[in-house]
Amino acid sequence: MVIRVQAEPFDYGQECASFAQSSKNSGAIVTFCGIVRDNDDASLSIMQIEHYPGMTERALSRIADEAQRRWALESCLIIHRFGALRPSEQIMMVATAARHRSDAFAAADFLMDYLKSRAPFWKKEITANGSEWVAAKASDEEALTRW
Amino acid sequence: MTLEILYFAWVRERIGVPRESVETNAATVAHLLAELSAREDRYALAFSDLSALRVAIDQDLADFDSPLAGAREVAIFPPMTGG
Repeated sequence: MVIRVQAEPFDYGQECASFAQSSKNSGAIVTFCGIVRDNDDASLSIMQIEHYPGMTERALSRIADEAQRRWALESCLIIHRFGALRPSEQIMMVATAARHRSDAFAAADFLMDYLKSRAPFWKKEITANGSEWVAAKASDEEALTRW
Repeated sequence: MTLEILYFAWVRERIGVPRESVETNAATVAHLLAELSAREDRYALAFSDLSALRVAIDQDLADFDSPLAGAREVAIFPPMTGG
């Protein structure tokens, strides 16, 4: 299990390749990458991501532990960035490796649902008109009831 | 006891500092927030709607009625928006 919280960009292709390289006993690898999406009117200049150093790593480790407890994973990887990101930049990624694809898919889905509302990150959108904290969505909280 | 209190996102902006040390005998997080709210308006303003806030004690998510005995660090923040 690898957890990385960082300001620097990461190379998604490279991360997927090295994750696959280190998961040789798995029959299935699922990867997901989250990208900063521009607003419909292309007004977003910066997505500022704040986090709680210390608790963030701890919360992500707990979420990954829970995924490993629920599904037969060989390994999993979570990378999440913080700081000032521009539209189309990569914010985060998860990767899961398992013997069978159903475990890898379910665990990746679970990791995403939990890190949306249980990992201490906050997003602020900065546009030419000012800045606004992104509100948590009720649908993200509801998604947790699936598990 | 002395508690280190951390604020994040709009809570940090409303309080005006990212962290501070507070001397308190509050039994729970709710009591602590009520105590701070009674001290100054900026706290009362930030803590007026508890349903818009989340709390962590020593870096673990907790509830407003969680006891503070033995705690060192309390964080107050809005619902998280990771991913």
